[in-house]
Amino acid sequence: MAEAVLPRPWLGRLLRAREGGFPYIAASVLALVLVCALLGPWISPHDAGRIALSEAMTPPAWLEGGSMSHVLGTDNLGRDILSRIIAGARVSANVALYAIVLSGFIGAVLGMAAGYFGGVVDALISRLIDVQMSVPSIPLAMLFAAVLPPGEAMVIFIIVLSYWTWYARLVRGEVLSLRERDFVKLAKVAGVGTPTVFYRHLAPNVLNMLLVLATLQFGSVIVFEAGLSFLGLGIQPPNVSWGGMLADGRNFIEVAWWLITMPGLAIMAACLASNLLGDWLRDTLDPVRRQL
Amino acid sequence: MTVLLSLEDAACHFRTRGGTLKAVDGVTLTVARGETFALVGESGCGKSTLATLILKLNPLSGGRITFAGEDVGGLRGRAAKRYRSRVQAVFQDPYSSLNPRLKVRTILAEPLLAHGAPRGEVTAKVRRVLSLVGLAPNAAGLYPHEFSGGQRQRIAIARALILEPDLVVLDEPISALDVSIRAQILNLLQDLQTELGLTYLLIAHDLALVEHVADRVAVMYLGQIVEVGDKVEVFDNPRHPYTQALLGAVPRPDPRAPRASGQVHGEIASPLEPPSGCRFHPRCPHAMDACRRTPPSFVKTGEHTASCHLLAPR
Repeated sequence: MAEAVLPRPWLGRLLRAREGGFPYIAASVLALVLVCALLGPWISPHDAGRIALSEAMTPPAWLEGGSMSHVLGTDNLGRDILSRIIAGARVSANVALYAIVLSGFIGAVLGMAAGYFGGVVDALISRLIDVQMSVPSIPLAMLFAAVLPPGEAMVIFIIVLSYWTWYARLVRGEVLSLRERDFVKLAKVAGVGTPTVFYRHLAPNVLNMLLVLATLQFGSVIVFEAGLSFLGLGIQPPNVSWGGMLADGRNFIEVAWWLITMPGLAIMAACLASNLLGDWLRDTLDPVRRQL
Repeated sequence: MTVLLSLEDAACHFRTRGGTLKAVDGVTLTVARGETFALVGESGCGKSTLATLILKLNPLSGGRITFAGEDVGGLRGRAAKRYRSRVQAVFQDPYSSLNPRLKVRTILAEPLLAHGAPRGEVTAKVRRVLSLVGLAPNAAGLYPHEFSGGQRQRIAIARALILEPDLVVLDEPISALDVSIRAQILNLLQDLQTELGLTYLLIAHDLALVEHVADRVAVMYLGQIVEVGDKVEVFDNPRHPYTQALLGAVPRPDPRAPRASGQVHGEIASPLEPPSGCRFHPRCPHAMDACRRTPPSFVKTGEHTASCHLLAPR
């Protein structure tokens, strides 16, 4: 019996396949996005920006008239869609990672402070959250798009501005209940300082939730970025983004469906994968469930 | 008898939307070094809030607390930290009192490190305290969820003892445990007290437990102490009607035993609007006019004190 309760090495736990086990497919999809983002220029079959009007609107390889040199076909300017999706992955992954790390950090710090200190600190931060949440993000994005130089930095800024509240609210609520847990009180009784209470008792107990929310939001942020770029508020040509590809392709939906379908599938796959991985993380990182 | 802890007119008030909640309102008591002092009373009478005052988790709203001659409320910085090392606590729920994300080793080392113990000493001390509470040394490498409730409470006790405190506040230390392991934990606590010369402030609602372990008993009602004295005195010769009712409510394993007299009806009053005069008068079977008007003062006979108008000399 004593043997059975000994924790297994975390690596084994992470790789173990079982019911509700590791979502290999979802993880592979996200890994593929990351590989494309890192190695894009070296693995893409063509230059994403190369225009070849003579090859415009070549259908995907498996359709009549398609060619193996353009596996997913070409767009209205003859640019290779697979290469553009690979190039777009870099933008999506970049924006999503920066935006999530920044909004997660800002949200977590403010949320912990609000939940732990309460009183005036809590009132100020909570009102800030309320105000931020009551502002719809698309008009906000339009405002900043008019004021700030467009580009990835602006997109990240807008996403952080509209996403930190999620983390702050979640963390605040959790810390509000953690604060009343006996182990936090007993840490104080033992003479543990406030910074240590934060990083040893509060942060690890909200970290899992943060990680789950971050993974789930990876997909949502990609969709948001695509939406901004679709509206022309985000990534500007000649930089490639999945949302921008949708915007470019929608005029040709009746003659060349693959222009809009291929980046759409990429967005959907990335979003779905991040949701599946998030679900799995939520189940796995809970130490109470882990023993089952 | 040397006094270790004394409270003079200690109060803890909370400002709420409904007014000022007087959770603890003018409590005076002394705890002698080496004794087990029990605080009993029904839910919501302020026992646990009183503990938070002693543990400096809530600020005093009035009065003073003195520990080993020092004014606890005035302690700042280094002195406050030293006080923290001398007064520790064990709480009721061993599932809430251990951080689920930390290994037992970290949980036990934390108080030591907070007080600047050299890292080299920590491992040895953790091992020693584990054996003190009857756990194997390899427990240090496990997480709390890998233990049963009784074992977790042993870990909680180990954490309270690792700083070698003088006073341990035991807030319902066994009431969340299975009946079958209560005796084990209780015996452990008593053995540790003898071995380490600890002083216990025991907060409990289980009168049988109190009768078993306490040296002196204080009975609390609605934020105030109504009776305090030697355990045998209080249990055998309760003076306050509330104490009498409390003791009368203990079920006796004898179906033919006569029912206790002086039963109390109704609910404990709200600490937002405590009754005038004696706080117990709306429920007291002996309530008189004086009880409604003036708060009773303490009447002392030997080492036994109670606050009731019935006891006042006429």
